[in-house]
Amino acid sequence: MPTPAATADRTSILKDGIRAAWPICLGYVPIGLAFGVLAQKAGLSPLAIGLMSVLVFAGSSQFIAVAMLEAGSGIAAIVATVFTVNLRHLLMSSAISVYLKGIHRRWLALFAYGITDESFALNLVRFREGNWDWKRALTVNHVTNAIWVGSTLIGGLGGSFIPAHAFGIDYALMAMFLCLLVYQLRGRLYIVTGLVAGVVAVALSLAIPGNSYIVAASVIAATAGLYIRRRYPEIGRTKGPG
Amino acid sequence: MILQDYLFLCLGMGFVTYVPRWVPLFALSQRTLPRWLEEWLDLIPVAILSALILPSLVTAGEPRQLSLWNIDLLVAVPVLLFALRTRSLGGTVVLGMALYWLAGKFLG
Repeated sequence: MPTPAATADRTSILKDGIRAAWPICLGYVPIGLAFGVLAQKAGLSPLAIGLMSVLVFAGSSQFIAVAMLEAGSGIAAIVATVFTVNLRHLLMSSAISVYLKGIHRRWLALFAYGITDESFALNLVRFREGNWDWKRALTVNHVTNAIWVGSTLIGGLGGSFIPAHAFGIDYALMAMFLCLLVYQLRGRLYIVTGLVAGVVAVALSLAIPGNSYIVAASVIAATAGLYIRRRYPEIGRTKGPG
Repeated sequence: MILQDYLFLCLGMGFVTYVPRWVPLFALSQRTLPRWLEEWLDLIPVAILSALILPSLVTAGEPRQLSLWNIDLLVAVPVLLFALRTRSLGGTVVLGMALYWLAGKFLG
């Protein structure tokens, strides 16, 4: 039997996690439904759709995979494409690892499953603000995962109960990202790094197809930022914990 | 596509998605990192967010082309200012949705 204190603790972890995760959930519902509808039109059963969402849990690669399936691509080609699309998670996992020191490898293995653009950005901000721990972060990962799997399933069952583009819901994730970006601007160095990343990303995205521009621009900008921090320490001085 | 092939496809996709998510966590969280790497990783979040956001606001089409007049970008300006001023995540999301909805009705 868990003690009452342990139960209360667990309840507060769940509550905090769910409360933090709502903007992501809001954003995932229309995308998940849209994916389900699309995949069903491509001939996938709801079970097959759910299986992919559970095993992969990555929005853009699932869309790409279904498009490639419809075009008759082979398994190897689809898997290779998905690999390159998701390489950006290498950087996110590296950046968040700083906050997950000393946690048992078993939990790290579970945590890794839930790293997405959205959960990464949200958890990272919370970790930095303090009052956040890996259990709450893990809750965010799994709540958003459940919403994703559920909404792709419902879409696959033909139940697109939210009319397309209702209430500006398509903009929920963009608005969330914009605010999380604002939280990251903790000094001149971060503003400069963000500007370099944005400009390089736009230039590369116009020059090369696919989404490798995200990784390339991030690496270039962070490296440039590190150089600036070393060369001009007065710009690199940050407000708050670095 | 037969069931077995589909299962292989999903397992393959799951594997290549999971590995980049797991390797750095596993390798980096168990040790002390050199200072330059910590400082570099400290700059990654702002870089990634900016690299995710800006191209999706100012480019459109396939192949992508520069597009400096679109609803997503137009709405992003007040939303960004609101976020800078209030630092409220919930408020920013609600305002973004409301403005996007209105902009779609009147400009779309």
